[in-house]
Amino acid sequence: MAHVQTENTHGPGGSAHGSLSEYMVGLSLSIILTAIPFAIVMSGSLNETASIVLILLCAVGQVMVQLVFFLHMNTSSEQMWNSVSAVFVILLVMILIVGSVWIMQHLNHNMLMGH
Amino acid sequence: MSNTNQMSPNKVGNLIMGTPRVGYTGYIEKELHHDYGGDTVFGFWIYILSDCVLFATLFAVFAVLQNNFAGTIEARDLFELDYVLAETGLLLTSSFTFGLAVLSANHKSMRGLVGWLMVTFGLGAGFLYMEINEFIHFTHEGAAAWSSGAWSAFYALIGTHGLHVFAGMLWMLVLFGLLFKEGLSENNIVRLMCLSLFWHFLDIIWICVFSFVYLMGVL
Amino acid sequence: MSTNRTIVTEADPIFGRLTLDSIPFEDPIIMTTFTVVAIGGLGLVGSILYFGKLKYLWEEWFTSVDHKKIGIMYVIVAMIMLFRGFSDALLMRSQQAVAVASESGAGYLPPEHYDQIFTAHGVIMIFFVAMPLIVGLMNIVVPLQIGARDVAFPFLNSLSFWLFVSGALLMNISLFVGEFAATGWLAYPPLSGIEYSPWVGVDYWLWALQISGIGTLLTGVNFVVTILRMRAPGMTLMKMPVFTWTSFCANVLIVVAFPILTVSLTLLTLDRYIGTHFFTGDMGGNQMMYVNLIWAWGHPEVYILILPAFGVFSEITATFSRKRLFGYTSLIWATICIMLMSFVVWLHHFFTMGAGANVNAFFGVATMIISIPTGVKIFNWLFTMYKGQVEFSAPMWWTVSFFLTFTIGGMTGVMLAIPAADFVLHNSLFLVAHFHNVIIGGSLFGYFAGITYWWPKATGFTLDETLGKWACGLWTVGFFMAFMPLYILGFMGMTRRLNYYDNPVWNNWLLVAGAGALIVLCAIAVQFYQMFASIRDQKSNRDWTGDPWNARTLEWATSSPPPFYNFALLPEVRDRDHWTDMKELGLAYKRPSKYQRIHMPKNTWAGIVIGGISLVLGFAMVWWIWWLAILSGVAMLGAWIIYAFQDDKDYYVEVDQIEAIEKKHFSNLGRVGESVTEDLESDAVTISV
Repeated sequence: MAHVQTENTHGPGGSAHGSLSEYMVGLSLSIILTAIPFAIVMSGSLNETASIVLILLCAVGQVMVQLVFFLHMNTSSEQMWNSVSAVFVILLVMILIVGSVWIMQHLNHNMLMGH
Repeated sequence: MSNTNQMSPNKVGNLIMGTPRVGYTGYIEKELHHDYGGDTVFGFWIYILSDCVLFATLFAVFAVLQNNFAGTIEARDLFELDYVLAETGLLLTSSFTFGLAVLSANHKSMRGLVGWLMVTFGLGAGFLYMEINEFIHFTHEGAAAWSSGAWSAFYALIGTHGLHVFAGMLWMLVLFGLLFKEGLSENNIVRLMCLSLFWHFLDIIWICVFSFVYLMGVL
Repeated sequence: MSTNRTIVTEADPIFGRLTLDSIPFEDPIIMTTFTVVAIGGLGLVGSILYFGKLKYLWEEWFTSVDHKKIGIMYVIVAMIMLFRGFSDALLMRSQQAVAVASESGAGYLPPEHYDQIFTAHGVIMIFFVAMPLIVGLMNIVVPLQIGARDVAFPFLNSLSFWLFVSGALLMNISLFVGEFAATGWLAYPPLSGIEYSPWVGVDYWLWALQISGIGTLLTGVNFVVTILRMRAPGMTLMKMPVFTWTSFCANVLIVVAFPILTVSLTLLTLDRYIGTHFFTGDMGGNQMMYVNLIWAWGHPEVYILILPAFGVFSEITATFSRKRLFGYTSLIWATICIMLMSFVVWLHHFFTMGAGANVNAFFGVATMIISIPTGVKIFNWLFTMYKGQVEFSAPMWWTVSFFLTFTIGGMTGVMLAIPAADFVLHNSLFLVAHFHNVIIGGSLFGYFAGITYWWPKATGFTLDETLGKWACGLWTVGFFMAFMPLYILGFMGMTRRLNYYDNPVWNNWLLVAGAGALIVLCAIAVQFYQMFASIRDQKSNRDWTGDPWNARTLEWATSSPPPFYNFALLPEVRDRDHWTDMKELGLAYKRPSKYQRIHMPKNTWAGIVIGGISLVLGFAMVWWIWWLAILSGVAMLGAWIIYAFQDDKDYYVEVDQIEAIEKKHFSNLGRVGESVTEDLESDAVTISV
């Protein structure tokens, strides 16, 4: 990797390396997005539904932060397959989790289990 | 099956692509430079995506079984959020320090790379120590992996994540050896890139763990 | 297994629960098989040593990272396992032919033995026959079709193969040491839980599948990267040969589906080994969650098996109709649709579980929708043949037989997709007939077609055509005779997995099915003889051109067998039927003026060593020999680390060596049309009988 000398160059397979400032921003954002849900749950200041929504939002936000600032994902053509494959897998993960929960909830309901 | 008209052109088909450019021979004269390192990093990315599905399955199991305590002690009575916050802090920081290690590698600083990797290793070890401690504590309180469905699912999910962290630390040790042997060789940079993907990925999984398991478990 | 044996459930510190009593000495069938296998194995090892071939095998095959050789080894192991899996089928068919209740008793197989046989049959046919056949074909063909020198990760490819072999061996060891699962091929709890299957059978099942499953996952990653990143210049995605496309989709499915299998197996393992409660009936476990998960893997698995077969038929139909494939784009999009949709139909395997009308309706409709892209493909092939100059060679026989058989299987599948009908038909022989109809008539015929089609590419000589047609004809007749009665029996109410029944009306149909199985036996015998005879007569079947079928895609542009580097100069592609394009332009068979040196991977010991130790690990885990399990786990890790520290994993092939090999190929090209009888050494593979 003789050509890797400056920041923000691209490594093997179009993987970027990022810069110090990028990592600092990433760290700060992830600290904030961790602190918010913990604070809300620990203080008990919000009702349950609102808390769940906020936890979900912060989780999604923080996953995005990690992907962008630490894994340096972007929509450049070099990374097309990285992004396409990730979107595909996220879709499947959703199908698997939501599908399983949906199936098993209906099953429990119909079979009178656990209620 | 011996075909005697091998060499004659096909009758059907008639040049769908039109006439080729001048000098087209059907092969390239010069061997291309192939980006083997890129193959490895991309392959590792594909592996990580398959690992995502692995964790997704464990999350699905947890989602389905999470309330099946069957009379054993319940999660909300055991979870201590400040403890989890401390674990989260360790892991998030280690993700950052790994980033610094990669930056050092970019700057060809072996000392920086090894130093930050050691810090990352230490943070990972701290996280793992806290996690094992938590497991022991829970087990003593009557929430062992074999206590009830909900606890089995808890340990499977968190334990698999912990195992991954452990594997990442082992990998760091091996990488220290390889850095000692080869220095900042192209292969080692590729290995570092893969390990970096792995480590950040574990961070992402942990975000889902503390959100869905701990925070929502306490609500 | 048998009642007169003590089953140890306490672990000894040294031998775990393995005792001399674990070997079923009292069972004549197993002991006879064991004797035959032992004598055969000793004979094989003895002759290898006697002829001094061990070094050759080790250097040229076992440590090879050449995708073509690994592919050939996959196919060989698969054919051996087919032999065993089919023996199980014969045992079942003959048992059911005689097992009608009468005064003479009920058949010759006791229930515990019969249950192990149908379990082993399913596991072997899916995991150790169908999977390796298709992975083997992909290994042989895909890198050639995209103009690559090897797969992206040659060492991982070798490791995948040896992990698969370990799984297969572990599965076979269970025949002679201990028992195999008696649970059905997917081992549903609670039957597969420790309470109802206390001994080693299910553990063998778990570890054999776990080990080979991890090998398959690695293969998936390997081929996704290979296909996305190693195509020849100019080959855009929509210029990829169809077999490569369908293999790509199958490998994507492997990457995203096999982790679900890994987790399901691991959780069941934990239930059995440390008493967790994932799938137990008490303490908050949920048995149905296992069924849900195993089919979330199992349904994509079905498409992993069939998609590459669709690719095979596409190549063959186009080649032997002497036409460009009809509707390439629609066929590719149909494949992608199937790939995506295969993840939203899994519940149709358990409509009767009781999730209710809404859930069943969703998955029923999704299942019917997925049959549409499959139907699209049938029309693609039919319209390719329409107005083509169709040559009915042996691969084409398999293809036409597939159209016929698979369409029937597909239609019975749509019947089963109706939840209300499924409530009647589930767990009956109708279901058994359906899935054999699609797996044999779809996947297996595809693999046989592919083997016939690409055999000359892999070995340098063609298979005997007449015998191939006989095999296809016998398989087809045998298949219909063996399985059509099962549809009828299903309607008559006969459930699957019966080792004994008291309804004499069923017996006639079961006799017909048994006769059908015997015809399939003849078909398999003809296939083995076909291979034997073709290898024996290889001098008269030689393919000097590299293109025995006047085919269309890139793999036929190189010699048969290809040199280890595949292409002396990398192809530059402008058309999706690259080789046809070359032939039409008159650029085929032109010798380049000069060559470049080529970068190639070196053979490695690591794949076979790590794979071999995984067998020890699996065996130790099955028998609770903890010290050996830990030791072999550490050894596997250690071997991998040693490999990581090893330099010298690749090298350059120098120009003079390439020139010598290419010169021989081009002088062989001049022999076309002559009857060549003198002995000419081929470069890559020399097979001797």
